[in-house]
Amino acid sequence: MFSSAALKITHRAISNPMDIADAQTMSGLHATEITVRVDGAEYRVRVDNRVTVLDLLREHLGVTAPKKGCDHGQCGACTVLLDGRRATTCLALAVAHDGAAIVTATGLGALDALHPVARAFLDHDGFQCGYCTPGQICSAVGMLDEFKAGFPSHVSVDLDLSGELDGTEIRERMSGNLCRCAAYPNIVAAIEEAAR
Amino acid sequence: MMPFEYHRAVSVTDALTAVADRPDAAFLAGGTNLVDHMKLGIVAPGLLVDVGHLPLTEVHVLSDGTVSVGAEVRNSDLAAHPVVRSTYPVLTRALLSGASGQLRNVATTGGNLLQRTRCVYFQDLTTPCNKRTPGSGCSAIGGYTRYHAILGASEHCVAVHPSDMAVAMAALDAVVVYLDANGEHRQPLSTFYRPTDDRPDRDTVLPHGALITAVDIPPPPEHARSTYRKVRDRASYAFALTSVAAELVVADGTVTGARVALGGVAHQPWRARVAERTLIGGPATEDAFRAAADAELGLARPLPGNEFKVELTSRAVVATLVSLVEGRQ
Amino acid sequence: MTSLVEPHAIGARLTRLDGPAKVTGTATYAYEHRVDAPLYVVPVQAAVARGSVTEMDASAALALAGVHGALTVFDAPTLADTSDGDLTILQDQRVHYRGQIIGGVIADTAEIARHAAGLVRVRYQAEAHHTRLSPDDPGLYAPEKVNPDFDTDTASGDVETALRDAAVVVDATYTTPLEHNNPMEPHATIAIWDLDSRSLTLYDATQGVHVVRQTLARTFGLEPDRIRVVATYVGGGFGSKGAPHSHNVLAVMAAQRVPGRAVKLAVTRQQMFAFVGYRTPTIQRIRLGADRDGTLSAIDHAVLEQTSTVKEYAEQTAVLTRTMYAARHRATSHRLARLDVPVPYWMRAPGECPGAFALEVAMDELSVACGVDPIELRVRNEPAVHPESGKPWSDRRLVECLRSGAERFGWADRDPTPGVRRDGEWLIGSGVASAVYPAKNMPGSSARISCVAPGRYSVQIGAADIGTGTWTALTQVSADALGVDVGDVDLEIGDTDLPAASVEGASSGLSSWGLAVYAAVHAFRREHGDDPDVGATTVAEAPERTEAQNYAISSFGAQFAEARVNRYTGEIRVSRMLGVFSVGRVVNPITLRSQLIGGMTMGLSMALHEESVRDHRFGHVVTQDFAAYHIACHADVPAVEAHWLDSVDVTLNPMGSRGAGEIGIVGSAAAVANAIHHATGVRVRDLPVTCDALLR
Repeated sequence: MFSSAALKITHRAISNPMDIADAQTMSGLHATEITVRVDGAEYRVRVDNRVTVLDLLREHLGVTAPKKGCDHGQCGACTVLLDGRRATTCLALAVAHDGAAIVTATGLGALDALHPVARAFLDHDGFQCGYCTPGQICSAVGMLDEFKAGFPSHVSVDLDLSGELDGTEIRERMSGNLCRCAAYPNIVAAIEEAAR
Repeated sequence: MMPFEYHRAVSVTDALTAVADRPDAAFLAGGTNLVDHMKLGIVAPGLLVDVGHLPLTEVHVLSDGTVSVGAEVRNSDLAAHPVVRSTYPVLTRALLSGASGQLRNVATTGGNLLQRTRCVYFQDLTTPCNKRTPGSGCSAIGGYTRYHAILGASEHCVAVHPSDMAVAMAALDAVVVYLDANGEHRQPLSTFYRPTDDRPDRDTVLPHGALITAVDIPPPPEHARSTYRKVRDRASYAFALTSVAAELVVADGTVTGARVALGGVAHQPWRARVAERTLIGGPATEDAFRAAADAELGLARPLPGNEFKVELTSRAVVATLVSLVEGRQ
Repeated sequence: MTSLVEPHAIGARLTRLDGPAKVTGTATYAYEHRVDAPLYVVPVQAAVARGSVTEMDASAALALAGVHGALTVFDAPTLADTSDGDLTILQDQRVHYRGQIIGGVIADTAEIARHAAGLVRVRYQAEAHHTRLSPDDPGLYAPEKVNPDFDTDTASGDVETALRDAAVVVDATYTTPLEHNNPMEPHATIAIWDLDSRSLTLYDATQGVHVVRQTLARTFGLEPDRIRVVATYVGGGFGSKGAPHSHNVLAVMAAQRVPGRAVKLAVTRQQMFAFVGYRTPTIQRIRLGADRDGTLSAIDHAVLEQTSTVKEYAEQTAVLTRTMYAARHRATSHRLARLDVPVPYWMRAPGECPGAFALEVAMDELSVACGVDPIELRVRNEPAVHPESGKPWSDRRLVECLRSGAERFGWADRDPTPGVRRDGEWLIGSGVASAVYPAKNMPGSSARISCVAPGRYSVQIGAADIGTGTWTALTQVSADALGVDVGDVDLEIGDTDLPAASVEGASSGLSSWGLAVYAAVHAFRREHGDDPDVGATTVAEAPERTEAQNYAISSFGAQFAEARVNRYTGEIRVSRMLGVFSVGRVVNPITLRSQLIGGMTMGLSMALHEESVRDHRFGHVVTQDFAAYHIACHADVPAVEAHWLDSVDVTLNPMGSRGAGEIGIVGSAAAVANAIHHATGVRVRDLPVTCDALLR
């Protein structure tokens, strides 16, 4: 069931009902054609302006790595790397992100060539049900970049950031990603390892 | 959400023109509050004018030392900016205590000021709310008030402004710079938010169609120390029960300068002017800090369910000032 | 078959087999299954707590381009069976609780459906509603049984006299608030109705695909074999996905409106506070009578909680008190108020969780009143056999858990005087509590074993993995049953096409399913031998372990917590948590530890953060999102350690294991509350403990 050859990651742009039904359902003013790059593949779609980046990915492009946990920016399960920085996608309108480059947990690395952060999550059991996991991993990748760039945090004693990325810093910086299964200590351990 | 039109502004002029004739238009920047509230159905603009790509993303230090923050500067970039970190630690700490890393990467300076209350009744279409529909009643009064105001409220509205950044900016005497058809305007943050009269649907004095372009922060006094303290029900990623932005100048054990603003307690950042007047000229001691805090909180009119915030806020002020004097963050 | 297996794969530290899929975002949850050109259904919910719908005008909704239809209380199919009040929607105009599903709109896109649902005009004849749980409620009644099948009241000896005569008495009331399970994955379902074959396919977020099948078959008058339910990956449940809820019924009704089309329904986070179950608030009075040295003579645990008017659910809150401590005079009781509220349901460790909060804080109060160390107090009252049934324990090692935990936690250095330990702005304290969770098998599981290649087997059973680690642990169990390596086993779960399995709940899953796997392997070997042909296959059902009823079978544990309270603001931070548990043989140490720390952290969250606020003027929960309903975030959670004793329980299954998915949350909130008392001298008996309670 889980032999390494068994699962292949593919992206398939599922047929977007918008493209077909657009003439009937959406006035030209209320929909927009956009281009986005997701996990290395380029997509050109016409979307209802109300569609969020999250729903663009999940419902229109078949990219289901980022998850809908709350749809209101309160849980972080929808986190991706958006133009290189971690961002929630549930409050981002697709039409406002024409031309964006998006990397999801799927794009970070393949099943047989995991991204180091994903590998660390696996090795430290940094997940249980797995629903918050893609968002946690993207958030961790973005967070590590922020730390390297010298961004302080709420718990940084010294705002000029001479400190280390210790457990306290990791916990604060990752607090935008809720985990109800509470894999938190393992997630922190995973990120500590990946940061070394 | 109702369907809406979308226009990406290519310049400030283009943005102003696009909304000028459309009373149903709204500016979209990071979207972390506007899109949230559109999903809840409490606002329904017919046209979104996206200003998120305008060249308002710089932090400039002007010749007199004023720091001018572009309206589209992201919250995380503003917090990390070397000038802000060194000159206004209260602002960096306020920003870093708000929201989450990923939200701070998207939220903008202008959007942060303009964000609307998270009052649970405002956000629920099935509970009457004067801020959504003036005259329909305030459901918070008599209800769940843990996150509601103890200062400056009225029978029309008891909601609080949720921003941390704005509290720090209020303590720093920031000025909001905006453009409309008549040109550039400068509005002190202290008078940017409207009082809680019978039109709580109007949060700010910003006219429809006006675009915030920058927030100017004057240089702080010499030898000032500042910090921000946020009291919340969770260690992170939570709104304030109460918060304190404080700046002190202390010489030989005497307070010679004090600027204090409170968050989570009023419809706008609450500049604690009574406390400031009480502090200045007095000793930099915990007892004096307590007397000043109590003098300010003597103005409080708590609601059933949030009476604790009066004492909590006094203590938070004291703790913040003590930590400044002791050189802790 | 009744003897224990020799563990090889069992006990191994195997990383999760579903891990690679989860960390690459390629695990498919209910809403993510690829279907062609789906439609979307969005519920319409009642905006009054009690009364009748007098009018529903869907014309504006139907006029929107892309809308396919609307269901309302005036226009919906008649259900075949209406005996389940939680599922009986759209059958009449009655409104039983605010937020009840009273309709739905089906459209081409989720955006159109949601917009349209907001355009449905509803008028009500509202009636005065009653939603507040109160000890003065004249309608309080004793249910016939409490969940799942326990006596409502028990009594032995003479509690009143014993309390009167006791040297030391604790008499206090403890409350736990309304709580919502809030798994990270909101409930979601995709329903496809085929008209020709009258068959239904559901991709659902559930803890038991066969439960969904059986229940919806009855509700819709279908043969169970006409319903297929798939739940390959589930994003948490914590009890709320243990049975279908009314959104499943709406989705099926919508699917039947558009035969051949897949209909997707995603419950919003706000709706998670409305109709997918919750833990009742509790008001618990505990009276303890003891000698000066803390030896208990009397225990009385009286519980008050709520149920809905449409379906009874009586949480078994006082039942753990029948198990925990010895005392000659004992009483437990449960009383319910029928309120105009949604139906309560399972939430992690139903009964044990809220009950342990009250009992374990009361024991802490007794330890203070007697001047006895709280661990010694519990040791002093350790029962040799089950205090009420008299049955011998299959494996009770609570005392060892307490002692082992005390040593690891550094308990010996603790000064019991409250409020004396400080670190800058922070007062520091530590607390302890006991944990217990009953262990059992649920009947009705079967497994199929097939030889798919030389030396390679598939194991098929409709079990669930909601984060518990079933994919991995059950593979390990199967490997040892078959006598092969883990790599030679292909496990398939989460599909009604597979043999029936009991629900993942009551910490019974791995035991019940493991039993079925062993039975099937045993039958397979008898039929096909040790060197079977490719294609050989056998199905068998788990036997009943009748010897289990001769024993009192529970897992036990000890919970320790260190709390820091800010002397200015009263803010509370838990700086350490440690638990030592006795759960029988460990199948997978990695997934076990994760379950334990997950439960302990949920207990921390219960202690400090969680409360759903129901505004009784309106009748619904107004704290209906993650900004208003706080669950512990990264920064709240310190180092959490979970340890376990080396033990084996022979009564339930050949693995020697007991369940461990829920015990972590039992007692952990009490340990935190006790730590807060130790830090401050303030005894808080109402959860959550928040800064305002400590401002004095």
